[in-house]
Amino acid sequence: MFQGLQDKFGEILGNLKKRGSLKESDVKEALRQVRIALLEADVALPVVKKLIKDIETKAIGQEILRSISPAQMVIKIVNDHMIEVLGTKSEDINLKTSPPAIILVAGLQGSGKTTTVIKLAHKIKSKMNKKVLVASLDVYRPAAQQQLKILGEQADISSLPIIDGQLPLDIAKRSIKAGALQGTDVIILDTAGRMNVDEALMTELSQIHATVKPIETLLVADSLTGQDAVNIAKAFKERINITGIALTRIDGDARGGAAISMKSVTGCPIKVLGTGEKIDDLENFHPDRIVSRILGMGDVVSLVEKAKETIDEEDAQKLEKKILKGQFDLNDLRDQLRQMKKMGGMSGLMTMLPGISKVKKQMSQSNIDEKMLLHQEAIINSMTPKERIHVKVLNASRKRRIAAGAGVEIQDVNRVLKQYKQMSLVMKKMKKMGKKGKNINPEAINNLIPNQNFFKH
Amino acid sequence: MEWVSKLNNGLNKTASGLSKNLSTVFKGKKLDPQTLEDLEDLLISSDFGVSISKKIVDSISKEKFNDFDTNKVREFLSKKVSEILKLRYLPLNTENNGDPYVILVVGVNGVGKTTTIGKLANNFVKKNKNVLIAAGDTFRAAAIDQLKIWSDRSKSEIITKPTGTDAAALSYEALVTAKEEKKDILIIDTAGRLQNKTDLMNQLEKIPRVLKKIDETSPHSVLLVLDASTGQNAISQVELFNKSCGVTGLIMTKLDGTAKGGVLVSIAERYPIPIHAIGVGEGIDDLQEFEPESYSRALLGLL
Ligand SMILES: Nc1nc2c(ncn2[C@@H]2O[C@H](COP(=O)(O)OP(=O)(O)OP(=O)(O)O)[C@@H](O)[C@H]2O)c(=O)[nH]1
Ligand SMILES: Nc1nc2c(ncn2[C@@H]2O[C@H](COP(=O)(O)OP(=O)(O)OP(=O)(O)O)[C@@H](O)[C@H]2O)c(=O)[nH]1
Ligand SMILES: [Mg+2]
Ligand SMILES: [Mg+2]
Repeated sequence: MFQGLQDKFGEILGNLKKRGSLKESDVKEALRQVRIALLEADVALPVVKKLIKDIETKAIGQEILRSISPAQMVIKIVNDHMIEVLGTKSEDINLKTSPPAIILVAGLQGSGKTTTVIKLAHKIKSKMNKKVLVASLDVYRPAAQQQLKILGEQADISSLPIIDGQLPLDIAKRSIKAGALQGTDVIILDTAGRMNVDEALMTELSQIHATVKPIETLLVADSLTGQDAVNIAKAFKERINITGIALTRIDGDARGGAAISMKSVTGCPIKVLGTGEKIDDLENFHPDRIVSRILGMGDVVSLVEKAKETIDEEDAQKLEKKILKGQFDLNDLRDQLRQMKKMGGMSGLMTMLPGISKVKKQMSQSNIDEKMLLHQEAIINSMTPKERIHVKVLNASRKRRIAAGAGVEIQDVNRVLKQYKQMSLVMKKMKKMGKKGKNINPEAINNLIPNQNFFKH
Repeated sequence: MEWVSKLNNGLNKTASGLSKNLSTVFKGKKLDPQTLEDLEDLLISSDFGVSISKKIVDSISKEKFNDFDTNKVREFLSKKVSEILKLRYLPLNTENNGDPYVILVVGVNGVGKTTTIGKLANNFVKKNKNVLIAAGDTFRAAAIDQLKIWSDRSKSEIITKPTGTDAAALSYEALVTAKEEKKDILIIDTAGRLQNKTDLMNQLEKIPRVLKKIDETSPHSVLLVLDASTGQNAISQVELFNKSCGVTGLIMTKLDGTAKGGVLVSIAERYPIPIHAIGVGEGIDDLQEFEPESYSRALLGLL
């Protein structure tokens, strides 16, 4: 049966061995295409140049998976690098301050500020159960204050009463007073649209910023924005030290290069996305989605990802060989723990072998968390190489040393050793069955596995 | 001209960066590869798009410059650009033998449709035209109030219906009124919409359809408003709005910022649609007739 199993693996793995590393010429050629793709997706030129340079350094010399062309490999590296630049996790609106938390919203004309203000207010009110006040400081655009007032009424969010003729800074101050009186948790200030080169209005904005001292200063920008994205973002960052970006009109069909342009020049996270005109059309930011949109090469990326997974399977194959030879030691267990970590804690040694449903189930049920895997790895790490191969030498004093080294209790060390023993037992039995040359029913293997949940603490 | 200097405000930075490069890198009579690349970069940073930037720069690569200076190269490039833009030069002519000339204004959200209508109306009124504006954005909050203020400012009349009314029905009524009251010009505002939203685009198509029931030749103009800060997506906007309601003219707004609006050159090359005007501010007088030559010069940082 193991022969059969190997064949099956061999089929998948056959053309997926590593095939040398990326040459400079490969990388350069692929990046020429990437450059055009990025520019056509409206990523700003200086940002494209920087990305290409960084990726080039990163990519040259990296191993290529077989069945993957060098160009495909480079695109995957580009993809991962861009996700890294955009920040791998989504960041929430920051309200961590003594109330009222003030959010200042600014941006170019028509970028979607007023709409975003009301969407945010609605989200904070309904999802976080906070008392929100919105106020429009836009005394310039016709009916701008009226717009926010109507939106507030529609969404049942209180807005600061309009006083004709009051100046923006005074409206801001009044909103804080009103907020304090009403016991408001969050005040969101809408401002008039302004060009980044409009000195008078930019000065006004920085005065407002300095006066209200917002905990969060959001630049609202249109995802359709072209090359100018860098100038806009830089200017607003300089004048009002923005802390986050809201990217609107993501429901359009633009490739959205502005996202990475703005993130790169400001270092500010993209905090929310506007996905429509309605009040609920606000989403959290997912870097991978934006990147696949900008790059437009999602197919290639998933192809390479699949190949990579299969390479991981190749490692499993090596392990299988070791099992057959009865050589499974703690080094291998550690490899498995690492593997499980890499695959999000859901997969591992046994899941690599087809048909072993029980382990898979146990693992998913036990909800193996990354911390536990880290602990176990740390425990094995603090063993000497000899201890890892010859488990029998582990006496009480050695175990104490290991526990201290890994910063855990001695019971944790014992637990790892127990796991190891159980696993090697299973493997020995598997080996025996394999030798007999019988065609083993996967259920039989399942039955070999102790019923207790050995992946659990 | 005032708007040229406004346009140049933003352009100067890029342009002076370029001239520095040009004077240091230039060797010999032809432009060397580095200089050509810098030129291409200049165009790309102005939202021309990759392929047309390449094309324009390629056309200059064989050119010989005897007494070379940066201005000369820029002059040359701006000529190339204005050759393309000139094809689309056509001022808006609202003459319609005494019948109302109907202008439908369309575009993506927030590009400046309503503001541009205010400016247009003001220009027409100043030429002693009788103008009626229809508040066809019956969707966005306070869109009607906003247009009302513009009708006051421009001294033109306005027809409104409550928010939520069918825009096509309002447009129909507006044209009936315009005919009855012998208006020279009817301008219809519409709600902003993204061109990839089929349902919203279908709703938009209804407006010309009902207008034609009254006057088969209407709308006489379908103006697509573009925002200068928009990148390559502007091309898709032209493509899809044109498909849906036959765009007859373009207006590009917000050229008073640092965005250069170079995508207009790509659009001019692809679509035989006239460019009528540009917006250079939020004030009522901040609408200028489109002039290919000065636009091209401004794009290249020439005064
Ligand atoms: N499709 C779509 N439309 C949006 C989105 N956000 C805003 N809008 C629309 O964009 C237009 C402008 O939005 P506003 O919120 O008024 O923009 P603003 O930045 O406050 O504009 P000014 O105050 O005039 O500078 C409106 O038609 C909105 O409905 C979005 O995420 N998707
Ligand atoms: N700086 C500048 N701002 C402009 C220009 N044209 C319009 N704006 C501003 O852009 C914002 C949006 O303009 P609107 O006229 O409301 O845009 P719209 O296309 O009608 O927007 P929706 O109806 O919401 O789709 C407003 O703040 C205008 O004052 C321009 O040429 N320059
Ligand atoms: Mg607003
Ligand atoms: Mg409007």
